Amino acid sequence: MRASEIARLLHADILTFSEQADAIEVATACGSDMMSDVIAFVKERVALLTGLTNPQVIRTAELLDIKVIIFVRGKKPSAELVAMAQEQGIVLMTTRDTMFTACGKLYCAGIKGDTLAMPASAAERS
Amino acid sequence: MKFSYMIPRLDFTAAGKASTDTKRRLTQIGLPIAFIKRVTIAMYEAEMNVAIHGGGGEASVEVGTDRITAIFSDQGPGIPDIDLAMQEGYSTASEEIRNMGFGAGMGLPNMKRNADELRIDTEVGKGTVVTMVFHIEKGAS
Ligand SMILES: Nc1ncnc2c1ncn2[C@@H]1O[C@H](COP(=O)(O)OP(=O)(O)O)[C@@H](O)[C@H]1O
Ligand SMILES: [Mg+2]
Repeated sequence: MRASEIARLLHADILTFSEQADAIEVATACGSDMMSDVIAFVKERVALLTGLTNPQVIRTAELLDIKVIIFVRGKKPSAELVAMAQEQGIVLMTTRDTMFTACGKLYCAGIKGDTLAMPASAAERS
Repeated sequence: MKFSYMIPRLDFTAAGKASTDTKRRLTQIGLPIAFIKRVTIAMYEAEMNVAIHGGGGEASVEVGTDRITAIFSDQGPGIPDIDLAMQEGYSTASEEIRNMGFGAGMGLPNMKRNADELRIDTEVGKGTVVTMVFHIEKGAS
């Protein structure tokens, strides 16, 4: 799914690279406010949904080559954060949807997520 | 090639710069993208731990012909129980830190998953040294 299509589905405002949003393809998504959860999710062409708006969101995205970040719950990033995203070629958008609603809309529209493998200890118990 | 960084304490604007700068350098060298990702996300977790738990410290990265060695050291409180700290979900981070997106207790597990070798030398009241080794993967970048 294209980033522009995501913006349309979530009635999101695109804050950076709105002209390029048509060219950026997203295969899967990760929704979290914890950066280590995002880091554990290493995939290609990922969109990140988060309610966090500190610079570490952009750092994490930079390390993982994440090109699309969606701020949920109407969160607006600072000018500093927008500038960091601009430098990294990251499309930022903000939606008034909650995390649950935004993820649900994208899932229904065909973006699939991931299920973690059962930890070894739990697998042994069952 | 060897380079080093200062990691300031609890500075959420600066934190992560050692890892992102290393990513830029390794990209310039032309190492495979998946390998660079593995190295720099493990480094990022270690870097955040130094900034958040270790009271600040330093990082040094050495790029050899067949391996990358990244060492993170601090003079912070140390880790009393490493086995406990290694468990997924274990964290001593404050509510304030959690609200900034850290303290999921997944940092050390993420490092272990991504590094080929992980060594933690720690002494309570003295500090912690985390050493990670990554074997350079040959192949298309
Ligand atoms: N450099 C360090 N100095 C002191 N304590 C540390 C350090 N690194 C990790 N720890 C301890 O290990 C715990 C687990 O670390 P980690 O898995 O990265 O989770 P998190 O950082 O989310 O708490 C931390 O909460 C902290 O108690
Ligand atoms: Mg950590």
